[in-house]
Amino acid sequence: MSLHPRLVEVRQNVLKQNDIVARELRQRFHDAGVYVVSLVSSPGSGKTAFLEQTLTLLRPNRRVAALVGDLATDNDAVRLARSQVPVKQITTGTLCHLEAAMVRNALDGWDLEKLDFLFIENVGNLVCPASYDIGEDLRVVLLSVTEGEDKPLKYPAIFNTADAAVLTKMDLAEAVEFDLAAAERNVNLVRPGMPLLRVSSKTGTGMEEWLRFLSSSCALREPSPR
Amino acid sequence: MSVVEIAEEESVKRGGAKILAVYLKLGELSGVVKDALLSSYEMACEGTVLQGSRLVIEELRVVVNCPKCLAPRTLASAQRFLCPECQSPVTDVIQGRELHVAAVEIETAELEGLEVSS
Repeated sequence: MSLHPRLVEVRQNVLKQNDIVARELRQRFHDAGVYVVSLVSSPGSGKTAFLEQTLTLLRPNRRVAALVGDLATDNDAVRLARSQVPVKQITTGTLCHLEAAMVRNALDGWDLEKLDFLFIENVGNLVCPASYDIGEDLRVVLLSVTEGEDKPLKYPAIFNTADAAVLTKMDLAEAVEFDLAAAERNVNLVRPGMPLLRVSSKTGTGMEEWLRFLSSSCALREPSPR
Repeated sequence: MSVVEIAEEESVKRGGAKILAVYLKLGELSGVVKDALLSSYEMACEGTVLQGSRLVIEELRVVVNCPKCLAPRTLASAQRFLCPECQSPVTDVIQGRELHVAAVEIETAELEGLEVSS
């Protein structure tokens, strides 16, 4: 008897388990009639401020809730709770992104049928969240004007998996000499045709258009999950 | 499930055989950085049947369906989603998101000259 090396075909998707859970979640969201929006961006691009504004503006007319992923603190959840909607923190520890199973576990005890919109704020990171489907209907990537116009070219994977892009901190655009045309061109190069909205969470500029966009995306939702 | 776990599963199916190499297909849009994978691989394998094994990564370019040419086209870069032939914007990705274990190389103990049948 002797030892031989032998090649064995495996052909297995490393993220298969996550994709299965994400598919189950999407079905569950769909059955409950809740529209799920995830927010991804680099740290400090204004996800939490944008979400706080969004929740506050939606709350009078829509039933909304939020899950917020963070490495260590619950600061963001505390901030978001000021909007007086149900908010739950997902502390990821050392993990730099949310996975479908974390979202599923965080939903324990929530009656999804009582919600119109669920927002999921991912951990601030433009790399890893690109790989993980978390069952959302709409993935929104945020880009603040202070980050530079070339972010889409530096992180094409996350921009390519997004359904819409939001330029944040527009009130600072002039001060940092933000080149809007270049940003639009770059977003279009990595994800042709992706809607690009411009907002300032601080002044409220562009928020109305964002809410209109949300409503129309929700209305256009595919009748059956992907 | 991780790359290491997938390989371990194959090992278990074969009575705990040692894994010599893992062959991975990595798409340009996978969101995973090749160097990060390579540098963490050795540590992830420590104390498992993969210890000392090689990680062989095949990088896959982005391939899209061009709506105008009606043909699959390989993009030179993920920073430019335009058909290389006709310059049309392209969105239908058919390759490039992979993070797949394609194969593993295992050490098997075989009786020389004997076909094992079950």
